[in-house]
Amino acid sequence: MSDKSIASTGSHEPEHEYSAGLATIAADAVVDPGMEPHRVRMTDKSKKHEKAAARQVAAFFFASIFGSAFAIYAYFAFPLTEDLGTVRNNTLWLGLGIALGLLGIGIGAVHWAKTLMPDAEVSEERHMARGSEEVRARAIEIVRLADSESGFSRRKLIRRSLYGALALFPLPAIMIFGDLGPNPGDSLRHTMWKKGTRLAKDPSGLPIKASDVTLGSVFHVIPEGLSELEHHKLEEKAKAAVLLVRLDPADLKESDERKDWSYDGIVAYSKICTHVGCPVALYEQHTHHLLCPCHQSTFDVTDECKVVFGPASRPLPQLPITVDAEGYLIAQSDFTEPVGPSFWER
Amino acid sequence: MSNAVSAPKKGGFLAGTANYLDERVGVAGILKEFGRKVFPDHWSFMLGEVALYSFLVLLLSGTFLTFFFQPSMEPVIYEGVYGPLKGAEMSIAYASTLDISFEVRGGLLMRQVHHWSALLFVAAAGLHMLRVFFTGAFRKPREINWLVGVVLFVLGMGGGFTGYSLPDDLLSGNGLRIIDGMIKGVPVVGAYISSLLFGGEFPGEAIVARLYGLHILLIPALILIFIVIHLFMVVIHKHTHYSGPGRKDSNVVGYPLMPVYVAKAGGFFFIVFGVIALIAATFTINPVWNYGGYDPSPVSAGTQPDWYIGWADGALRLAPSHLEVTAGGVTWSWNILLPIIVLVIFLALVALYPFIEAWVTGDKREHHVLDRPRNAPTRTAIGAAGVTFYAVLWAGAATDLIATNFKLSLNQVLTSMQILLILGPIFAYIVTKRTCLSLQRKDREIVLHGRETGRIVRLPHGEYVEIHEPLDEFEQWKLVDFVDYAPTLARPNSKGKITVAARMRSALSRFYFEDRIAPVTQGELDAAHHDHAAVESAPKKAVTSKKATPKKK
Amino acid sequence: MAFMKKTPKANRRSPFAAILVMAAALALTGGGYAAVTATAEEAASNSSVYTAAQIEEGKKLFLANCASCHGSNAEGTSAAPTLIGVGAASVEFQVATGRMPGQASGPQLEKKPVQFTEEQITAMAAYVSTLAPGPAVPTDEMVAADGDSTRGGELFRINCAMCHNAVGAGGALTEGKFAPALKGVESRHIYEAMLTGPQNMPVFNDANLTPEDKKDIITYLKYVESNPSAGGYELANLGPVVEGLFAWVFILGLIIAITIWLGAKSN
Repeated sequence: MSDKSIASTGSHEPEHEYSAGLATIAADAVVDPGMEPHRVRMTDKSKKHEKAAARQVAAFFFASIFGSAFAIYAYFAFPLTEDLGTVRNNTLWLGLGIALGLLGIGIGAVHWAKTLMPDAEVSEERHMARGSEEVRARAIEIVRLADSESGFSRRKLIRRSLYGALALFPLPAIMIFGDLGPNPGDSLRHTMWKKGTRLAKDPSGLPIKASDVTLGSVFHVIPEGLSELEHHKLEEKAKAAVLLVRLDPADLKESDERKDWSYDGIVAYSKICTHVGCPVALYEQHTHHLLCPCHQSTFDVTDECKVVFGPASRPLPQLPITVDAEGYLIAQSDFTEPVGPSFWER
Repeated sequence: MSNAVSAPKKGGFLAGTANYLDERVGVAGILKEFGRKVFPDHWSFMLGEVALYSFLVLLLSGTFLTFFFQPSMEPVIYEGVYGPLKGAEMSIAYASTLDISFEVRGGLLMRQVHHWSALLFVAAAGLHMLRVFFTGAFRKPREINWLVGVVLFVLGMGGGFTGYSLPDDLLSGNGLRIIDGMIKGVPVVGAYISSLLFGGEFPGEAIVARLYGLHILLIPALILIFIVIHLFMVVIHKHTHYSGPGRKDSNVVGYPLMPVYVAKAGGFFFIVFGVIALIAATFTINPVWNYGGYDPSPVSAGTQPDWYIGWADGALRLAPSHLEVTAGGVTWSWNILLPIIVLVIFLALVALYPFIEAWVTGDKREHHVLDRPRNAPTRTAIGAAGVTFYAVLWAGAATDLIATNFKLSLNQVLTSMQILLILGPIFAYIVTKRTCLSLQRKDREIVLHGRETGRIVRLPHGEYVEIHEPLDEFEQWKLVDFVDYAPTLARPNSKGKITVAARMRSALSRFYFEDRIAPVTQGELDAAHHDHAAVESAPKKAVTSKKATPKKK
Repeated sequence: MAFMKKTPKANRRSPFAAILVMAAALALTGGGYAAVTATAEEAASNSSVYTAAQIEEGKKLFLANCASCHGSNAEGTSAAPTLIGVGAASVEFQVATGRMPGQASGPQLEKKPVQFTEEQITAMAAYVSTLAPGPAVPTDEMVAADGDSTRGGELFRINCAMCHNAVGAGGALTEGKFAPALKGVESRHIYEAMLTGPQNMPVFNDANLTPEDKKDIITYLKYVESNPSAGGYELANLGPVVEGLFAWVFILGLIIAITIWLGAKSN
């Protein structure tokens, strides 16, 4: 490797010329003047500057030593207790020590390179990725030889049966993932709600009386008994979460078949967005709109939760409700359609 | 050879070690080959290094975290130190994340180091890709390395998302729920894949451990392999350099690996790590204790993914209403499929761009001198359009925050974004292309007539002229060293037919090169110097634009 | 460490958050101060024993300041809803946070400098409470932050976080409306807001969130507010979007500045 620059016409001629395509090169293009003369630094010219630079580099390295030592000190000096302030101090001082330890080394090394190591740029020849004709010929020869020695092209039976084997061997590797999960079956179509299930407050599980639900209030609802589930509590909650609001019956637009799904202006809708499943929980008391905080789908509670804005398509499924003898709100049945995001067979 | 190094005693320990290593692994040969390899120096060449170093920091900090993190979704009652969660039921994964944060000295620091460096890793990789794109560094022979880079970027997103989901807090749980919803929308197999992935119904008790396996083993291993391939190809090709005097396609100009580059690049690793440590020590990221453990019922305002998934979330938000179609008993969730298709097409175009451009130019030569972005106006404009498209999708994921912080209507913000997604790239394309062409014209002016000095002199006969200072030949070279491509006509092939491909290529070549500025030639330069008195006169039209006929659309 | 202990509050927030909080604090100063000093009086009035003088004074204030929109008998007009039955709690929330009297039509009323003294607010609340039974203002005991923060956190996430964010940093609603940030909001105002459901916020009556539930929620919010951020400066607690922006602008920005220094030739 030498520091000489290469003459402007280039010293090596590629043995293979490539098409320049649409490139047009003027016959009298300006000629590359070759590398610029080297500019001398202060640290090259003056011993004083050189010494100062050397001291600066060393100072950075000393700072690093201090930083690392401080980090070790901080590890012990800032123990963790119940107080969040101690976590903060531990993180801060340990982190600052480590940062100084690292930055000192980094900045010192770069400063060293910039001020004290040679800064004359050097030129090195490139070689094309393409092998020389001789090399390529030899490579082809090797492939041919390998082919003839193995009989890969000649022995069709071996070759084709190998292709078949190679195509099939990954299949078991895919199949064994079959037990990652069960067949979904009809699990997506059913929730915990059934006839007579009381509507209960999330998370306490206390049942809700119709008289509790005043105009303008919103209840986050789970089926009674969900909190006591031993298994699959979250899976059931993920499907069964419901939002309960009371509207002025005059505001409520109900289709005929849903006339008896509400109770005295109280309506219950699935809280799971029909877009991709976020809980649609932002209820605006006056506009009666429900907004999903994830992708801004907006549903109109007065109009059977039809989509009024955003990427969702389907209305939120309604839970048919009524009251029992004690005045508690209960479900008339499960949802009449699958809740949550759409899927192929729904 | 062995004779030459058989007297190590004199050199002491270092020489002894060198001798030991050389006799076993041939270290002398390696040093001879690579020790003085030349690397060009430019700040924009360090961006890939930032990504590489962030990845190393990720490996180091991530390993620390694995010692404490337990990827289990088994419920436990939290009995740690964080007040507002004491006694709450949560998963072991979330509880162990809290313990790392509050009960392991340096644990929170390492969590923050890990998360900040993850954001930085993908950001630096993205910026590096933009540098490569806008300077044309993807041209032959580097097309395959561009593909490797795209794969790395996608793997980075995958690594990030799987990590984001591990703490099993409310934020990440809702993120997973969105993924579940998207998967369910896939035609035919959606519900089955969802059930396989989550081990049954969402959320199940399997997903965190499964993502953990991907996050700490498969994805980092793949990233590592592709980084090795990426760097191996950099060594094979040697680094590109910006155009400048003495910089050619047949050489590489810069500093030798040892000592300058080792000091700079090695030092830079410590700097990147140090900056991450500094930020992690002072700025909090993903304070999981704020969100609580995952529960399918609640959700927090501002539920968003990390930035690199933001464009996917934005695409979901910007899909128009009522796209879903139910026909023949099956549901096509176009409100989910359309965004996914848009994202995949965008990534595919990014991946294939080098091949498209190479096909249009037909230029089969190796290119090692980078383009200044202005000298490839159409490419630069396409890049600007792509960046705008991505940026609108990305901003789309923050519609709610944009609305609250700038006091706008959420609905109007979303609708504007939908319009901007279509018009923004077109606008960016036109503005960028015109800007590039103007800059090229300005370059021509400067080369032919020198730089304006602002000094006005009065000539003896009363005329006022501004003194223009001519460039030296080195500066001049930077402004004239670029390739001029001319559009082509569709030509009949050997059978006398004009193929569709030929027509397309011809049309694309016009799209690319119809408006273009040719580099100044020596002849023009001589003429301009000769014509010195006419400094103020406008350049000849013939040389500044080869535009055939201006088209109005 | 000494440094840390001295200024935990200033360090907890990003500069932007600090500005916002300062603005909020400024807006609240008047009413907030007054509300604190008059709590004893409030507690007494909570047992619905307002003096006749107070009610009379309140009626005068009402007719002078509120009747033009709410009607001279508080029956409501096309411009504003009826106040019959909204209770003293609603009056105190609306007036003591400066939301009332309302100004200019926007998507929603925002808090602003308080227009009345504490005595005047109490008087108006007294008058409105005589119109029909309604939610009363809470006592100090009811809003003391000494409940169960774990329960409060869970209730807050289920009932409030979707609009107000998991730590009360606020969030967007439809058509320009928003759920305000809860930091720096007085406990009694938080309580009153839950009880009365101002503007588009739903009502959380005592059957939905019991007084104990409300107290726990306040306890949780005050815990978050009064404890230092464990990890360092918070970026306004707005989540991953702000974190991503910070990573791009500040971290990558800082590193690029360093690369430019690194690539520049030394003198």
